[in-house]
Amino acid sequence: MIRFKSAALASAALALSFGGFALAQEEADQPKPPRQEWSFAGMFGTYDQAQLQRGFQVYREVCSNCHALSIPFRALADPDGPGYGEDQVKTLAASYQVTNAEPNDKGEIFKRPGTPADLIPRPEAYPNDQAAAAVLGKAPPDMNLLAKARKYERGFPWFVFDALPGLEYQEVGSDYIDAILNGYTKPDDPQWNLYYPGHKIAMPQPITDGAVKYTDGTAPTLSNYSKDITAFLTWAAEPNLPERKKIGLRVMLFLFVLAGLLYFTKKRVGEAAH
Amino acid sequence: MSGPSTYVPKSAIGRWFESRLPLMGLVHSSFVAYPVPRNLNYMWTFGAILSFMLVAQIVTGVVLAMHYVPSATEAFSSINHIMRDVNYGWLVRYMHTNGATLFFLACYTHMFRGIYYGSFKAPRELLWIIGVVIYFLMAATAFLGYVLPWGSMSFAGATVITNLLSAIPLVGTAITYWLWGGYAVGDPTLNRFFSLHYLLPFIIVGAVGLHVWALHVTGQNNPDGVEVKNAERDTVAFTPYATIKDVFALSVWLIIYAWLIFYIPNYVLDADNSNIANPLATPAHVVPEWYLLPFYAILRAIPNKLMGVIALFASIAILAFLPWLDRSPVKSAKYRPTYRFFFWVFVVICIGLGWLGSQEPTEGLTLIARFLTVGYFGFFLVIMPLLSFTEKTKPIPASIADAVLPKKADATAAAQA
Repeated sequence: MIRFKSAALASAALALSFGGFALAQEEADQPKPPRQEWSFAGMFGTYDQAQLQRGFQVYREVCSNCHALSIPFRALADPDGPGYGEDQVKTLAASYQVTNAEPNDKGEIFKRPGTPADLIPRPEAYPNDQAAAAVLGKAPPDMNLLAKARKYERGFPWFVFDALPGLEYQEVGSDYIDAILNGYTKPDDPQWNLYYPGHKIAMPQPITDGAVKYTDGTAPTLSNYSKDITAFLTWAAEPNLPERKKIGLRVMLFLFVLAGLLYFTKKRVGEAAH
Repeated sequence: MSGPSTYVPKSAIGRWFESRLPLMGLVHSSFVAYPVPRNLNYMWTFGAILSFMLVAQIVTGVVLAMHYVPSATEAFSSINHIMRDVNYGWLVRYMHTNGATLFFLACYTHMFRGIYYGSFKAPRELLWIIGVVIYFLMAATAFLGYVLPWGSMSFAGATVITNLLSAIPLVGTAITYWLWGGYAVGDPTLNRFFSLHYLLPFIIVGAVGLHVWALHVTGQNNPDGVEVKNAERDTVAFTPYATIKDVFALSVWLIIYAWLIFYIPNYVLDADNSNIANPLATPAHVVPEWYLLPFYAILRAIPNKLMGVIALFASIAILAFLPWLDRSPVKSAKYRPTYRFFFWVFVVICIGLGWLGSQEPTEGLTLIARFLTVGYFGFFLVIMPLLSFTEKTKPIPASIADAVLPKKADATAAAQA
């Protein structure tokens, strides 16, 4: 029996060391995004309203030149999210021209000022993905689910720990986006990115220090822009996160009490059997 | 255990009803008076947990179907609509997607339990085979369901798996086109997958009915693997003993389920499936959901496509032959030290195959996957038949009561001393 076990252990160790070697090599030219502190991480995480508003400003002034963000204007009034006032959202929506879904009574497609129920329109320069791809080489993705649609490999054994209470790590997509924005480290090549798999990224460096003027005194640095836009995109992808965690806490408390009571009931019932 | 019910309703209405349709008697004999071995451990609570998960998947699935649109142009945005605009739609969807994970987790525990304690052996062969059929239906349902959000991994998965059938000689391509309803995975494929994804769970319900029926004819196996000899000494009534234990185990299970739903809902979901399906942009790395990874590893380990597909299906089908591959008269691994060792090796092989299935295949990893595939089949085809006759087993207790009660007596004596 002992022979079997040591053989199994030896082969497992061998497999692991092979894997480890391959990983170390990969690590050297493809670093993993650094892990950031996010207000929305952890069991009690919520969004930072001021940060989301700054993030929206970055989206509006920079990202929206190329990227669509298909969420309705009304979502921006979400009190768990950016929390703009209803009037602010109305004014904002009206400042955009949107294409009406139905043609008018003459059968003509027409544009009108937006309302809070409309989706934020696509960038005007690129009416669809094909048009964008023709000019930019590759269509910029819609940003409404971007934070959920991006990841990096955590690898064994980290991915196991990522699921455990207290260690849970769900912000892989956010860390990836933040890293990409900070990954343009070769000034002579605007399409080289340290964190993009293979380094050759279609998007040239989108934002640098000082590109957006914040009004709340936050320093206008790339590091702040990338954090703010990432937080905003995370909210856009997962607007129910604060409510989800709040309900989750109540459900957990309820289940722990229930399980405790059932355990003692079970014990009492079991004693009667013998 | 079977036979006419002795249940007599207390009320006159009950007796009137019972003499015309003995429904209450059936429930009473199946879930109240039904005798369960007194030595069952918590591994025997997964039947109840699985029943709960099946119902939870059907209920959440029916609600999701009210808002979902099975069309190649609308499906992805209808999921987005469920997640953002439907009241508690995010909750129902996270319950459904993570429910699949917990359903399979419970199912695998249940299956490994059966293999460890020899639950597939006579007289429970049919019970076991029905279970294998249920597992196969579950895997099919899960695969169909994974296609419905029409994300890029849905699309790639549907393409890879349906393409397996094209390996069938002569008619393979024709069958694949017939299955797709076209020359590629597209709108007709999505529509029929939705229809089948809604149908199969109800077939599973029927199969579960047979599974429970067969169980209640033969009675449960137990950790010591000896049959009930004296119902009075060896068993206790299902209610309250098994009922309260099952409900307690379920409440603990729900804590894990709630953890997934509320705190790590995207942990098992592939990020690529938050990108809309695009036939021109396949994900860099196509992988199935975790519960199908070991089979995916077996498929990729075989260099020939047709043989790979055969090995894939054989790896599930072989389970149905366990009652005839393992001829050892001793059921429980508790009394089979060598079998027990190889059982744990088998568990490690399955987990290893699962990990390999999630990795990009390199030469080294493919080689390891081939070794483990040989190990997987070797456990069933070599180890099991061989151990049936060569293993020196430990003496088994004369009865269930003998296995449990002396220990209790010792414990009581120790407590008194």
